[in-house]
Amino acid sequence: MQETAANGAAREAAAGPRGDGLGGEGRGVESGSADRPCAVRLTDLDITFRLADRSTFTAVRNASLALADGEFVAIVGPTGCGKSTLLNASAGLLTPAAGSVEIFGAPLAGLNRQAGYLFQADALFPWKTAVENVAIGLEIAGTRTAEARERAKTWLGRVGLATFADRYPHMLSGGQRKRVALAQVLIRDPKILLMDEPFGPLDAQTRQIMGNLLLDLWSSDRKGVLFVTHDLEEAIALADRVVIMSAGPAARIIGDWTIPLARPRDIAEIKLDKAFHDLHREIWAVLREEVMKGYIQTGGAE
Amino acid sequence: MNRATLLALQVLVAVVVVGLWHVLTSVPIFGTVLLPPFFFSRPSDVAMRIWQWFADGSVWKHLWITLTESVLAFVIGSLGGALVGFWFARKPLVAAVFDPYVKMVNALPRVVLAPIFALWLGLGIWSKVALGITLVFFVVFFNVYQGVKEVSPTVLANGRMLGMSERQLMRHVYWPSALSWMFSSLHTSVGFAVVGAVVGEYLGSAAGLGYLIQQAEGVFDVAGVFAGMAVLAAFVIVIDIGVSMVERRLLVWRPATPDTHG
Repeated sequence: MQETAANGAAREAAAGPRGDGLGGEGRGVESGSADRPCAVRLTDLDITFRLADRSTFTAVRNASLALADGEFVAIVGPTGCGKSTLLNASAGLLTPAAGSVEIFGAPLAGLNRQAGYLFQADALFPWKTAVENVAIGLEIAGTRTAEARERAKTWLGRVGLATFADRYPHMLSGGQRKRVALAQVLIRDPKILLMDEPFGPLDAQTRQIMGNLLLDLWSSDRKGVLFVTHDLEEAIALADRVVIMSAGPAARIIGDWTIPLARPRDIAEIKLDKAFHDLHREIWAVLREEVMKGYIQTGGAE
Repeated sequence: MNRATLLALQVLVAVVVVGLWHVLTSVPIFGTVLLPPFFFSRPSDVAMRIWQWFADGSVWKHLWITLTESVLAFVIGSLGGALVGFWFARKPLVAAVFDPYVKMVNALPRVVLAPIFALWLGLGIWSKVALGITLVFFVVFFNVYQGVKEVSPTVLANGRMLGMSERQLMRHVYWPSALSWMFSSLHTSVGFAVVGAVVGEYLGSAAGLGYLIQQAEGVFDVAGVFAGMAVLAAFVIVIDIGVSMVERRLLVWRPATPDTHG
């Protein structure tokens, strides 16, 4: 393993208990400088849930992951493996049973105020128009309404919805709602972006367009991004690093690949690239087994 | 079906019913009038009575009293229901403690409270307002309670992640959600306010539509009873149209759903 100092500690911690040899597949991270703390550092995280019958369910065991500032990391795993719980732990929406969450070097207590979260399900306020939805993040932080609305309109323009400012969410298509949600998160200029299968419910074409839009917006100021998805192609096309999780329960991180594809990327075109195919084949070989396990465990329900 | 046809058919129903009523109470069939006018009155008599009321202006006072009582019952009942519903939903312990009592009072037929209210508050409008409040309160209470409880967890988490404090969550998430539930029950709660007022008047008062009907009944004046009912029905329809207009303005953000006259 060739690793930078910034990621070394966390990765070693991850490699120790893992001990299944798969960690060797990871090729380290080039981004992230040695003197700056990681944007997000998860160390030996256990996440458990108390079930209705008072037993506990371990969703994630011993997960360690470091996200350098400005890095785009995709987390891929079979359905129900606990990818989202890692994200929620980073957001402070749930507290891990064991292990530590550090944001820019400081342990996380309560909600992560430096992160913006893009949810999988519809999370817009249905009683607010598009422009009100985007402006709310500024308004509650004390910006004057008129100014917040102006900036919200600019952001709606950036996501291509300038003419839809006065529509309510139910009057927008699924893709348009995601654009509003993206603007709603980005207008606050969070240092870290957490995205939970944000484009999951969209159709294939819209996903591509949204992916390119995201890369476009991201490349202007390169925030750290944790992007959860079950779609390996999407992960490779978007990310600097792809992290693979095993099937749950007690899911672990079982692989970590650097994606050396050049930027700027076009999602549709990069999928025709030979390097893309090689990476996809290599990662899929590991992921496939876990996907099958996950599929059998959920009884093929999905 | 287009609007004109629908309207024509709706008018046809009224014409047929009133026509049948007229024929059965006025025209002998096989030598007998099937519905004796003493018990069933006649459409023409009822119309005459209504005309008379409006011509001499005596009915306005009663309409005004009933309207005042209904509006007071609706406003006070809604406010109380919304506040208590909100409070219970945010404090599960309070809700758990009061749960059996809420169920008990809600299960009670409110008519039995009318004599108590008449004793406490006299025969003026306040005993009727109180009866209306007991009806409106629970409709609004249950809806607001449900509305706060059923806020989408994703929307709530989103609010938190956008940096909302508890107070801001209250204002931007819980409250709009609760209000939307309350407004969807607006027709029911307004209807109950009128029911409370009229039943209260019927059981003991000196003015109002309920009083008018009760007075007519007392002297076997069936035309008066029917006339009172007709005026009451028109009164309720006018209020209902008003409610629909308010509802359309307040719930513009909601997708069109099948009617929820819950």
